[in-house]
Formats: sequence, C-alpha cells, structure tokens
Amino acid sequence: MEIYRAHVLVCKGTGCTASGSENVMEAFQKEIEKRGLSKEVRVVQTGCLGLCELGPNVLIYPEGSYYCRVKAEDIPEIVEEHLVKGRIVERLLYKEHLTEERLRSLTDIDFYKKQKRIALRNCGLINPEVIEEYIANDGYKALAKVLTQMKPQEVIDEVKKSGLRGRGGGGFPTGNKWQFAANAKGDIKYVVCNADEGDPGAFMDRSVLEGDPHSVLEAMEIAGYAIGAQEGYIYVRAEYPIAVKRLEIAINQARERGLLGKNILGTGFNFDIFLRLGSGAFVCGEETALLASVEGRRGEPRPRPPFPANEGLWGKPTIINNVETYANIPPIILNGSDWFASIGTERSKGTKVFAVGGKINNTGLVEIPMGTTLREVIYEIGGGIPNGKKFKAVQTGGPSGGCIPASLLDMPIEYDTLVQAGSMMGSGGMIVMDEDNCMVDIAKFFLTFTQDESCGKCPPCRIGTKRMLEILERITNGEGKEGDIELLENLAKSIKASALCGLGQTAPNPVLSTIRYFRDEYEAHIKEKRCPAGACKALIHYEVMADKCRGCGLCVKVCPTGAISGERKQPHVIDQEKCIKCNSCFDRCPFGAIKKA
Amino acid sequence: MAVIKSIEELEKIRDQAKDLINLRKDNETKTRVVVGMGTCGIAAGARQAMLAILDEIKKRNLDNVIVTETGCIGLCKYEPLVDVIKPNQPKVTYVNVNDEKARQIVVKHIINNQVIDDWVIPNI
Repeated sequence: MEIYRAHVLVCKGTGCTASGSENVMEAFQKEIEKRGLSKEVRVVQTGCLGLCELGPNVLIYPEGSYYCRVKAEDIPEIVEEHLVKGRIVERLLYKEHLTEERLRSLTDIDFYKKQKRIALRNCGLINPEVIEEYIANDGYKALAKVLTQMKPQEVIDEVKKSGLRGRGGGGFPTGNKWQFAANAKGDIKYVVCNADEGDPGAFMDRSVLEGDPHSVLEAMEIAGYAIGAQEGYIYVRAEYPIAVKRLEIAINQARERGLLGKNILGTGFNFDIFLRLGSGAFVCGEETALLASVEGRRGEPRPRPPFPANEGLWGKPTIINNVETYANIPPIILNGSDWFASIGTERSKGTKVFAVGGKINNTGLVEIPMGTTLREVIYEIGGGIPNGKKFKAVQTGGPSGGCIPASLLDMPIEYDTLVQAGSMMGSGGMIVMDEDNCMVDIAKFFLTFTQDESCGKCPPCRIGTKRMLEILERITNGEGKEGDIELLENLAKSIKASALCGLGQTAPNPVLSTIRYFRDEYEAHIKEKRCPAGACKALIHYEVMADKCRGCGLCVKVCPTGAISGERKQPHVIDQEKCIKCNSCFDRCPFGAIKKA
Repeated sequence: MAVIKSIEELEKIRDQAKDLINLRKDNETKTRVVVGMGTCGIAAGARQAMLAILDEIKKRNLDNVIVTETGCIGLCKYEPLVDVIKPNQPKVTYVNVNDEKARQIVVKHIINNQVIDDWVIPNI
C-alpha cells in the first residue's frame, strides 16, 4: 500500500457540498497533480466535521490543520504554502469567536474540546465510500465478535446493561426492545432502521448516514443476530440524496465483501439489508406509519399494542431503531457495556448528537456526553449568540418538544430533565432563540408544521391542532380574546390524551411550554395588542423619529413599496398604508431614527 | 473485491487497511520528521531527501512516523536540513542530507534510536 505524507480531507456532507466542497476537492486534485505530488499527498472525501456554518471545511493531516470557508481559488496557495513549504495558511484557519485567535489544530478548538464522539466517531475521519477505511478503524470487528464469541442473549444483555436508550425521540431502553422481539414467537423477524428524520432543523441522522454508513449496517446485523432476523430495511428520506447514495454504495460493498448475504464470515449467519425511500411525510417517522409505508401502504399510524416487537413488518416481530441508536451499538459491543454506562448520567447513558441552529455562532453538529448543561452547549461549544443579542430560549425536540427559558440554562441535558421542563430530547434538534424571537410566533410556526403534517386519521390531531392554530393566528394578528390562553391549554390537554400516535400526542408541546414560561408574552399580545419582541407584523408599525432623522434618504432607497417620503435634510415620514413592515428601513438607517412600536 | 470468508481474513484486511487512516490518528505520539523546504532547501535537493525518507518508511512498514515540511530557517548553507523529533525527546537537526543519508537516518535514528552525531548540525 502507498504511504502518503499528507492527507487532505474535504468534507462532503450535505452542508459543505451545498457551499461548494465539490469544486474545492476537484481543485485540490488538479493542483496536486500539476505539482507532481500525487504520490505523496492523498485527497480524501469525508463526512460531516460538524462546523457546517463554516463550510467548505478542509482538514490537513498530519498537522490536523483546520481550514474554513475554503474556496477553489484558495487551493493553489494552500498547496504551495502548506503542502510544499510546510507553512500553514493562517488566514484560512478557524478563528475562535471569543478570543479571535486563529487555531492551528482541530483539537484545540473550543467547539471540539467538550465533545465526545461515539456515534460520530468516523464522521470526518474516514472516507464513507471506502469500506476498507471503515474496517481499518475497527469496522465490522463488533460483528465478528458477536458472531464468534457471544450468544444472542449475551448481546441483548450487553445492550441492556449499557443503558442505551432510543435516540429517535422517546428514549425507550434499546435492550428491552430487542428482548421483546427476541422473545416473540416466529421464524421470520425483521430489523428496521428509522432514517426518516423530519424535525425542522435536525440533521444528525443524515450526517451519520453520509459520514459513516457502515456503522449502521454493522449494527443492524448485530441486532439481527441478537433477535434471530435475517433481513433488515432502512427507511430513509428521498430528500437525502447523498445519504441514499452512500448507503447504496456501502450496501453493495458489504455484499461484495461477503459482510452482507449468506454465511457471513464463514459463521453460517445470513443477513441482508434493503433500502426503502420515504417521500417526506413527517408522520412516517412514527414507527407504525413507517412500517406501513415500507410495506407499500399509506403511511398512517395504527393503535399500539400490538407493538412492532410482536407484530411489526408484515405482521412479524420487528425491532425498529433510529440511525444514531444503531451507530452506538458497535462501540458498545467492542468496549463493553461498563465503558458506555460510565459516560453520561444515572438515567441517561452515553452521548447525544445535537444539530444546533438558529441564533448561534457555531451552527453545526455536536456530540456531547449526557448531563452536559445547555449553557455549555450554547456558550462554550456553540460560541454564544451572534451580534451581542440576549439569549431568550432554546427549542429542543422539534415539533414534539418545547422551549426552555434562560432560567433553566444550567439544567443538565438528560431525557428526564428535558421532559420535566416541558420539552423532550426528541431526535436532537436544538434551535436557539434570542430577544428578537416572539414566543407566540414560534409556537405558531411549530403548530403550522404539525398541522400540515397531520395525516388526518384521528380527529384530535386533524381538527384539534387546526383549532389551536386558528387561535394562535388570531392572537398574533392582534385579535386575541380574553380566555384564549385557557382555551389553548384545554385543547392541548385533550389532544395529548386522545391523539392516536406520538405526532398528535406531542403536537401541543410547543404551545404548552411557551405558555408555561412566556405567559406574559401571550398576555401582551391579547390584552395590550403588543408584540414585545417586535416580530408579529400585525402588531407593530414603523415610525421615523423626527429628532434623529437627518433626511439622508437611504430609507427611501431601500423601501420596496415607496412608502417613505421627505425633503432632503428634513425628517422623513412613513406612509402606514403602503408600509409592508419588511424591516428594511430599520436595518438600513445609520442614525437609529426608525422606531418599531 | 474478494469475499471475506473468515474472521482471520477480516483481521488481515484490517491490518493492511490501517495505513489508509493511520496518518489521521494519534499524531501527537509519533516521531516527527521535518524537512526544510524553503527555496534554498529545494535547490539543495530536499525533495530527493524527503522522497528517500518516505520510501524507507514504506519499505520498513513504519506506522509511527510522520513527515512534514517547513520553510527556510536561515541556515541555507547547510540545506537540506532534516529535523527528527521523537516524542518527549529533544529535536535533532541533520545537515546536508542527501538520499543516502536520509535512508540511514531512518534506519539508525528513527528505528534504532541512535543519533548519527557526525551529521548533526555543528555548533556555529
């Protein structure tokens, strides 16, 4: 095998692909070829490095230099300076938000220091399209171990002892799920992977599939061995083309290598995995709806019991786990349940991957030990709130979760603490909000989403969320009535108690949690017809403060509707009839003379 | 691609594949070889020296050595300069390194831990 003195890793996750990493990779290959370095320097595509905000991301080893926002035109300089002369290109290095310091190595960055990467262990390290790179980093070693050294029940016991809980939302103990399916009677059983990640702003599962598809395949095989199944299905969104492509490549390579199929590793164990593409219905992330969709029926949930562990795919015992849950399995088998259980807290073991977004400096993907506080994630890893704004709340758990206020920032992140706070772990979306976000508006946003995505099978979800949304629209339009808050709470209670599936039962959470922590904002909308954050368009208007206006005319130029007029060097006025409240004049005015009221 | 028929074959492939990703892991515990690659170094033949080091590393299947470059450090007359930095040991700088010397440095110093005093930078 060739020895290379340097590896150039180019992130080819969805985030960096969107910001142009394809061109960057090509430019590297061309430049290295041109310089005659092809035998010394290897260019490798890799999965998500986490700091998607700063893409395209490039990592050069052995130094571990981390270059951000690299453009194709930067490549000749990087090759000349770094790869030929050994001088790091300072201007492209990652810059810390607080200290403005340029850091030379990935491991020095605050964003990575507090992270512990188990599920993401291979993301940004290996080339996901080369099975040998996965094997090199202990890939398929866990499978070999269970097939030769462990009985199926021992595998289940090991997963149980690790304390691993489902990473897709509910947090059900994974080992118990496997035990139910193992105990269920039947010759034919199935292993299903839920890769129908649908929460707005969440992309953990996509990153694992793109960066390390083999870890999911290996874990599904281990699950199959544990419960006595020979077939697995991965249900992945068709909107994730890169993930689908990498999965297809991985499955084909595993088959060619005999790591899927008959008589795997000569042990007599048979297992194969098939892909099913989802068409983007949010409800298909619910397990019974997902199974219906895999079978080719309409993706609608059904009442449980019977649970899938007894009657799942085509009526056979089935386990269904989320992508991230599976990605944790091989390290648990290799390092032992004690190792895994030593990470995290008493009731939440291991790590959790979060997709951090919204009003935060380091938008991206982080994996942290359970029990890390929200403050650590938002300020130390996330780099805080941009533009000196004040933190207001963080939304976790997507449309099923809730908003957690600043007073709870020091709360450790665990399944149970999040539920107590009126939110939930969910699949791991984390949306940060600052003082400019109106909490009523946020509740309306999430309810609009669930209302849109409601499959319509059960009335509480179909009609109940519609009624709740109408009330929220009324409130944000300044037409709220006395008693609306109580009505919302009542409706929420009934929907939670009576909806058929998890989607409906949790749909009112964003409303309930915002009422719980930000009731004053609801009251301001209803009683004073005022939006404290200045976000609800119907409740604000823009005015020119005559004493501050110098009549420079910049606002006139940016106003898209020609609503502003005035003599030069004289105070201007806004025609309220024409104003569409786009905020352009507010942003543009150099003297702060525009007032939002 | 051939089918992997047994655990032993899987382990064999893992061993061969280790080199694919070795350079991206645990670099702080490896021996660092730094070759001076300023204009002066390149003119004096630093490239040949570096390629010889890489070739020797490959031939001897060393997985705990990384090779990097650096710019001119001001001693152009002694180029090509090669630093060998073993973990927790002081840096050793060799001067006027050519293909043959480079190979010896890998064998004697990096593998057998013997500094070649005659080629070390003189006290100037």
